[in-house]
Amino acid sequence: MLRFALRRLTVALLVALTVMVLSFMLTRVSGDLAISIAGASATQQDVEIIRHAYGLDRPLAMQFIDWIGRAAVGDFGESFFFKARTADLIMDRMPITLTLGLVGLGIALLVSIPLGVLAAVRENTWVDRLVQLVAMIGQAMPSFWLGLILMITLGLQLGWLPISGTGSWEHYVMPGIVLSFSAIPALTRLTRSGMIQALGSDYIRTARAKGLSRLSILGKHALRNAAIPVVSIAAVQLGFMLGGSIVIETVFALHGVGFLAWESISKNDFPVVQAVVLVLALIYIGLTMAADLLNALLDPRLRAS
Amino acid sequence: MSEALLDIQGLRVEFGDTAAVRGASFTVARGETHCIVGESGCGKSVSALAVMGLLARGARRSADCLTFAGKDLLARNEQQMSLLRGDRMAMIFQEPMTSLNPAYTVGSQMAEVFTRHRGGSRHAALDRAAALLGRVGITAPGMRLGQFPHQLSGGLRQRVMIAMALMCDPELLIADEPTTALDVTVQVQILRLLAELQRDLGLAILLITHDLGIVARIADRVSVMYAGEVVESAPTATLFADPSHPYTRGLLDCVPVPGKVKPGDALGSIPGTVPRIRPSFAGCGFRDRCTHAAPVCAGTVPRQHAGNAHEFLCRLPPGWAATGQAA
Repeated sequence: MLRFALRRLTVALLVALTVMVLSFMLTRVSGDLAISIAGASATQQDVEIIRHAYGLDRPLAMQFIDWIGRAAVGDFGESFFFKARTADLIMDRMPITLTLGLVGLGIALLVSIPLGVLAAVRENTWVDRLVQLVAMIGQAMPSFWLGLILMITLGLQLGWLPISGTGSWEHYVMPGIVLSFSAIPALTRLTRSGMIQALGSDYIRTARAKGLSRLSILGKHALRNAAIPVVSIAAVQLGFMLGGSIVIETVFALHGVGFLAWESISKNDFPVVQAVVLVLALIYIGLTMAADLLNALLDPRLRAS
Repeated sequence: MSEALLDIQGLRVEFGDTAAVRGASFTVARGETHCIVGESGCGKSVSALAVMGLLARGARRSADCLTFAGKDLLARNEQQMSLLRGDRMAMIFQEPMTSLNPAYTVGSQMAEVFTRHRGGSRHAALDRAAALLGRVGITAPGMRLGQFPHQLSGGLRQRVMIAMALMCDPELLIADEPTTALDVTVQVQILRLLAELQRDLGLAILLITHDLGIVARIADRVSVMYAGEVVESAPTATLFADPSHPYTRGLLDCVPVPGKVKPGDALGSIPGTVPRIRPSFAGCGFRDRCTHAAPVCAGTVPRQHAGNAHEFLCRLPPGWAATGQAA
């Protein structure tokens, strides 16, 4: 298990390095940073001064190594636009995005695993078809539209939940529901197909021949094996939720990392863009690694290979 | 032989418009080894699953009589059946490689049968599991309890399955082709183990196989199934000495006997395959492949007694083969 974890860690570090190179290079090729910092009214001379002041006239490799070295100790430089330390900007907003992502994933798992199990147990009946239909509708629904509908019904008409801001846990319920809809269809279908496969397997026949209770057969024997792909995809989905919650953060006025990324991209605030991409990528890599380790715990065969 | 432990009369199992078992009847006495033989698709496994209540969803089961230790299995629902399964009747399968759950240790899978049916602590159940692993010839049982199925060979896994089946001291062990997937040397070991357990524990074994060599080695009594019916049933020695159904004769002719068959001799074979039988089918299921078929074979086939608990299902009179009466 330890060797497995170490090997996964090595792979994760290599992926992180690749992401660093990519995010560094992509912000450089997207336009001349000195010009965009200087603004539209700047003269050629101003641009040259800025280019030198920010070290943009040095070789790319030097800039990269310099950036990595400072990023490693949490120094991502100053934001051009916010005039604040990039690390502080991200640290301020990360809790909002993390809370939103975890609430979204929690709701998604609470809904999709029972639904998937139910559909598998009632395979090819109307229950199964209804679950699949609901999953399909969930996938087809645009998140901003669902967000607005929820705001109108739950927020304005019924007055159960606040419609914007981040003041209390109640502020995260509606955006969490909207965010969960992006993960529910895939997780439901994956749970369903995994459970159908598990329920048709020889070891479930053995479990039934042993006279085990229905709860034990479904929950202990079938779901444990069906959960393996679900865990992997759930980790990927959480990564998507953290990085891709821009629309929802905007609709619900949650000033999280997604919102920050959008703001800084539109303003060509490249230290922030680089840092956000890097932090999200590292979280993503961490999640994938956590999913692999969790899978190894669930499936002993993975530990040996 | 003592009273019947398992009594099956007129068992029928249908899937959609196919009759997998149609009126099969046989009994298993306490402490005996009863073999069911027949080729693939004749309804052997389905009969066993029907007894255990493990048929796939959509299967229809009916019978004139289906009792186990005096209990009417037909009257029991799934919940009541699950209390018998693993406790008083246990089953092992053809596929030792996939029959154990890959996610749990051997010990955990063995212990849960015991705690489910007998209660008690997990610790006590693990002690019993270790003792039984030793009993089925597994060395270092304590270490094996902590291993996962993928760490064991096929032969070991089948031994684990057998030990797991014995956790609650069942009266009946149903073994569905338990050695088919194993190497020949391992097959012999497993059969020897089953015979030994049967003798020591007074266990009744219902062994399903297509291998007549296994039958000759282990069975007290044999039932031959064909197209969903038991066409002949007799004590093992009687069946081999005096096979009375044309299908049984055909099966025995397919087996090369050292000394009787010389190199270059053609082995017997039965032309054709087992037909798919619809629920409305009547008469002898073997008539299309039988060299003795006659028009009356399409009607009701008589169940005939040839003495010494030997029954067969055919129009031909007892002893037809010996006297050359077959037309």
